Amino acid sequence: MSAYSHNFAYTDGERSVSEVVREALPPQFSVVPAARARTVRRTWLDTFDWRLHQAGLTLECVAGRGPAELVLSGTAGERITAVANGTRWPSLATGLPRGPLRDRLQTVTSARALLPAAKAASTVSEFRLRNADDKTVAWLTVDLLHPAEPAAADPPARLSVTAVRGYQGQADRIARCLAAQPGVSPGTLPPLDAVLATVGRAPGEYTNKVDVQLSATMPARMALAAVLARLLDTLEANVAGTIRDIDTEFLHDLRVSVRRTRTALKLGADLLPDGLAAEYGPAFKWLGDLTTPTRDLDVHLLTFAADAAELTSASPADLGPFHDYLAERRALEQRRLARALRSARFAALTAAWRSALAGLTPPRRGPDAAHADARIIRRAHRRILARGAAIGADSPPEKLHDLRKRCKELRYALEFFASLHDPPAHRRVVRDLKGLQDCLGTYQDCEVQQKEIRTVAAELLASGGVPATTLLAMGDLAAHVGQRERRARSEFSSRFAAFASRQAQARFEVLAAGAGS
Amino acid sequence: MKIVATYNIKGGVGKTAAAVNLSHLAARDGLRVLLADLDPQAAATFLFRVRPRVKGGGNALIRGSRDLDRAIKGTDFDGLDLLPADFTFRNLDLILDTTKKPTQRLARLLRPLRASYDVVFLDCPPGITLLSEAVLYAADLVLAPIIPTTLSVRTLDQLTEFIGGLDGHRPAVLAFCSMIDRRKRLHNEIAERLPAERDDVAATAIPALSLIERMAVQRSPVTAFAPRSAASRGYAGLWAEVRDRLCLTVPAQPGHGRA
Repeated sequence: MSAYSHNFAYTDGERSVSEVVREALPPQFSVVPAARARTVRRTWLDTFDWRLHQAGLTLECVAGRGPAELVLSGTAGERITAVANGTRWPSLATGLPRGPLRDRLQTVTSARALLPAAKAASTVSEFRLRNADDKTVAWLTVDLLHPAEPAAADPPARLSVTAVRGYQGQADRIARCLAAQPGVSPGTLPPLDAVLATVGRAPGEYTNKVDVQLSATMPARMALAAVLARLLDTLEANVAGTIRDIDTEFLHDLRVSVRRTRTALKLGADLLPDGLAAEYGPAFKWLGDLTTPTRDLDVHLLTFAADAAELTSASPADLGPFHDYLAERRALEQRRLARALRSARFAALTAAWRSALAGLTPPRRGPDAAHADARIIRRAHRRILARGAAIGADSPPEKLHDLRKRCKELRYALEFFASLHDPPAHRRVVRDLKGLQDCLGTYQDCEVQQKEIRTVAAELLASGGVPATTLLAMGDLAAHVGQRERRARSEFSSRFAAFASRQAQARFEVLAAGAGS
Repeated sequence: MKIVATYNIKGGVGKTAAAVNLSHLAARDGLRVLLADLDPQAAATFLFRVRPRVKGGGNALIRGSRDLDRAIKGTDFDGLDLLPADFTFRNLDLILDTTKKPTQRLARLLRPLRASYDVVFLDCPPGITLLSEAVLYAADLVLAPIIPTTLSVRTLDQLTEFIGGLDGHRPAVLAFCSMIDRRKRLHNEIAERLPAERDDVAATAIPALSLIERMAVQRSPVTAFAPRSAASRGYAGLWAEVRDRLCLTVPAQPGHGRA
């Protein structure tokens, strides 16, 4: 029979916590300090997109008098600790000391770095709650959090009453008396939530999803403006992380925001004031093109170890010079990208775009969101069906690349207007589309990778000094990538047939009809 | 889980003081400890400020109608729990006598606690009774305090003889000289001679000190309220010997996280 704790928040600043407790206790109980209060520095860590929070995990670096400790805890009672060993943040999970904590974090964070989400000093005092025999029947823990970030007020004091084994009844009684005190409220926010709340933030606040709530009857222009504003928020949220090169996913999310913006401008051009899409379309193309070299190299490097493991006639170590070459080029491209993102041109683009979006007003006449949605997704869907049907066994790769872009347009359009659809119907259509997208994505990634290998092989050869074993290993790698590419190409017809099937079309029709056609 | 019984045929020899202080030291070392007060006088229970009452009394515990686990109370010390005594424990012999295999009963009742505790101390009432047979069956080690007099040494011989005559499980015996009056020559002589002559006598002896008697005033182990005293040093030495005999490993980071 294990004891459970009663948790309280105390917000009234008039009386100290110990005064409140003394006043709350029935006469036969007393409260005495158990030990000197201790203060620790707590840093909560998560990925930028809150992967730990989404997985029900909390990671803290706790520094007191001893060595700093990493503590990973889960809502299901999971708890793993490790010595922090002077880890500097941000850090990928692979940068942490080896052990179960690192292994667990790697599965959740993957390519994303861990960075401080909040910092606070935590002063914990423990008190014994004694009965008339001076027997400790419960422990009172008081945790005072002082956030590092300036805030109007500290979070409420966190009180916890935990019964000593066999004294749950007396502890419950004390807890009831405590709960009746002014300023004391039952339950506490998790410490991270409490610290973030003082500055108006909450865990999980960032997502790269287009989570805009639209209404079917709102003017389509205003719906599109809301989507575009949300995309600009996401784009801007990822600029600093991309410049600092914290992890590869900042650039990924920034790039996806740009692509989605371009798609929204293209598909919804007629919903916007004359000339707006034509003005900003090229500007966002410039931005998108800026991101391409670094992202292509990221994709190559992220899959490098897995690809190298597939080599049959060479050893992964033979690819060392190739890897170094890619990493050097990536560093160069990253510097170029960071320069561009710090440029006046970029700042002017985002500022002007935000101002343009803020200035949008509903047109006198125009479709509502539901009708525009139905029209846009139908058009995008028809385009895929027509272009996909025209692809045969002899079609050049460009045709498939073009189809991939059309698929992305439909996918993005579905995301923009997701809030107007029945979620299960929406999920089914996205699933149909995803099957085709995955195949086209693999095909194009392999194409890009093959070209990259050939180009780099030529450059390495021209520069001289590269071992023959590296070139042979690159050939081996190219062969494997080629195999994967051919497999994707051969799967295309069946994937497209599934997408274009009567059943899938019927599913799409249900979705589009629900949107307001 | 190791079971240590503080036991002697004779009463008033320092069994409870040893059980209380050693269980406190074991918990301080980071072990999970249960002290079961089997003596209806409830001295150990009193020293830990716990009320000497068990719902359903000894009858419910021995017959198993009340879970032993639910009768256990936490003490003021982390990692140290207490099974309080109850006045009905004076009838434990009679209750045991009505059960099947009475000498094995206590061992069976303690078995489910194996996952929860590293050491269990049984503070036993004096005498040779059915309860003491059950205690000896359950224990890995009998820790027997003896006052260093000729008669007490004879009692120790009786005890080892008695244990030697038991069928089946026989616990190890470790006696220690207790309540030594340093002013008495005989006490000093025997306390020096016995550990040298016998393997079953600990090298550590516990002197008769007023501080140990003050435990009843402080209602706390002397090792807690006077940790640097000669009495505490004595118990620490005795605990080290017990730990070695039981081959108990102490956790690398002692303590249970609370002061």
